[in-house]
Amino acid sequence: MPPTPWPSTALFANYAEAWQRAQMGRMLINSAIVALGVAAGKIAISLLSAFAIVYFDFRGKHVVFWMIFVTLMLPVPVRIVSTYQVVSVLGWVNTYWGLTVPLMASATGTFLFRQFFRTIPDSLAEAAQLDGAGPLRFLWTILLPLSKANMAALFVILFVYGWNDYLWPLMITNTPDMRTAVIGIEILVPRTSQLPEWNIAMAAAMMVLLPPVAVIVAMQRWFVKGLIETEK
Amino acid sequence: MKIALSEVTKRFASTTAVDRISLEIADGELFTLLGPSGCGKTTLLRLIAGFAEVDAGEIRFGERRVERLPPYARNIGMVFQNYALWPHMTVRGNVTYGLRLRKLTGAEIARRLAAGLAKVNLTGLEDRYPGQLSGGQQQRVALARALVLNPDILLLDEPLSNLDAKIRVQVRGEIRALQQDLGITTVYVTHDQEEALSLSDRVAVMREGRVQQVATPKALYERPVNRFVADFVGTNNFIPGVVKERADGVAVVETALGALCARPGAPGPGAPCVLAVRPENVTLDGAGENVVAGRVRLASYLGNTLRYDVETAAGLVLKVDVGDPWQHEVLPAGHAVRVAFPASATLVLSHD
Ligand SMILES: Nc1ncnc2c1ncn2[C@@H]1O[C@H](COP(=O)(O)OP(=O)(O)OP(=O)(O)O)[C@@H](O)[C@H]1O
Ligand SMILES: [Mg+2]
Repeated sequence: MPPTPWPSTALFANYAEAWQRAQMGRMLINSAIVALGVAAGKIAISLLSAFAIVYFDFRGKHVVFWMIFVTLMLPVPVRIVSTYQVVSVLGWVNTYWGLTVPLMASATGTFLFRQFFRTIPDSLAEAAQLDGAGPLRFLWTILLPLSKANMAALFVILFVYGWNDYLWPLMITNTPDMRTAVIGIEILVPRTSQLPEWNIAMAAAMMVLLPPVAVIVAMQRWFVKGLIETEK
Repeated sequence: MKIALSEVTKRFASTTAVDRISLEIADGELFTLLGPSGCGKTTLLRLIAGFAEVDAGEIRFGERRVERLPPYARNIGMVFQNYALWPHMTVRGNVTYGLRLRKLTGAEIARRLAAGLAKVNLTGLEDRYPGQLSGGQQQRVALARALVLNPDILLLDEPLSNLDAKIRVQVRGEIRALQQDLGITTVYVTHDQEEALSLSDRVAVMREGRVQQVATPKALYERPVNRFVADFVGTNNFIPGVVKERADGVAVVETALGALCARPGAPGPGAPCVLAVRPENVTLDGAGENVVAGRVRLASYLGNTLRYDVETAAGLVLKVDVGDPWQHEVLPAGHAVRVAFPASATLVLSHD
């Protein structure tokens, strides 16, 4: 049968089948919770740590910064065993906490915000100080609005990263109702001993692919702005 | 409000940016810190503002010791060199930021905003963002923001350096008029001597963290205390020499151009010194107490003046200004002239 350029009538049947077989609804919700949680958590934590590093003088500031920076060089697989241990001691195995919290600290995010904050003239902070704004008010009313584009760019990157993460959710979840979508596809991927049902697997992959694409398209304008321009 | 600095010192790793500076700034005065780049002007201003902490010394506003107070507790307004307007806030947002933090009523904030913008002629631009304003307008927003909290003291760090020359002269006049209107004690930092002379009540000339001289603009220009000040403020001819005698308000100094008469200064007989005479006090008519022969090397026509570089026999080049070039035929290079300058306009200065 020659391929046709448009979908056949089996299209929707395939999607429906994939949806059913892998509890796709539940897994997409799990993925959304993980990706949103990780992205939001990473942004909040790196914003605050960059704020501390750039705007406060404290003993050991440089040591702290370099320690954060060094963790950039340690990929997740290297520290996965010890992280798992910590999570299991906390009783977080197979919970949303376990899925998100260990991934929240982000050297990349901290570094990105630090670089951005350093392009903001000190006098902006000093002027706020003169007007009587404390550090948190400065962060909230001035630094945060100025960082919008950066936050959006980081959000897109982190959302996609959190959505696509495979290793950690695989380790930390052990029931089908906690699985994320990326792991779910794996269930549908044909085994050698079975009749290959690529149609179902591809339909599932398509569904899993759509949310990150939607996020990128929706935030594209901000994303590009955050990456190419440093607003003063 | 009066400001008194006493022995104020600030060190950075290897430099002493502000070195034992003592100053008294009177209530309502516009006081300028003038000096070359890196002399410590900004550092001193930041010490007064409280953005940096003194290593030693006292700062008083009126009778109140302030050197350990945080900036907002000192009740000052400041205009930063880059204006430091918050780019994501409108003019209204920028100017009322401090008022809103003080939890004033909406009506009071609106009233103060209107009054503040009226002072700097910006009424009607409340909803613009800084990026939609010209440099001069941004500068005035910064000024309005600094004044709207009714500070006792206004601090300005090179507020005009980002404006082009014409606007600069205009805004400088506006700042001076506003300052006199409000009677607010103001410390103004600049490296532009013309700006300093034109708008200050008094000027402190700084060099490497030390104050060289504090004087009114006229006294600073006409009676600099040392070679550095004479060189930094305006233009001067310097003639090195040795004091021969000093009597009756006239000093005689032995120089490469012969013995010259001058107004006596600190260096006594036998001391090495330098004579300073301004180009506008040197004439080409060959009549005066000090007469020197030379040849025209270069004539530069500046419109309102004509400046000659005259090379003397000793190889020393003297700058001579002709104040009224309309009535003067430009002399060609090589033309022999006799330049003259009065003793009263010739200062004897220590070498440094
Ligand atoms: N935060 C700092 N850390 C280290 N050194 C500093 C710091 N701020 C100023 N300095 C040094 O102190 C000296 C005085 O600097 P300051 O900024 O006060 O000069 P300035 O007179 O304002 O010069 P400019 O006209 O260029 O603004 C300079 O040698 C400068 O390098
Ligand atoms: Mg400066």
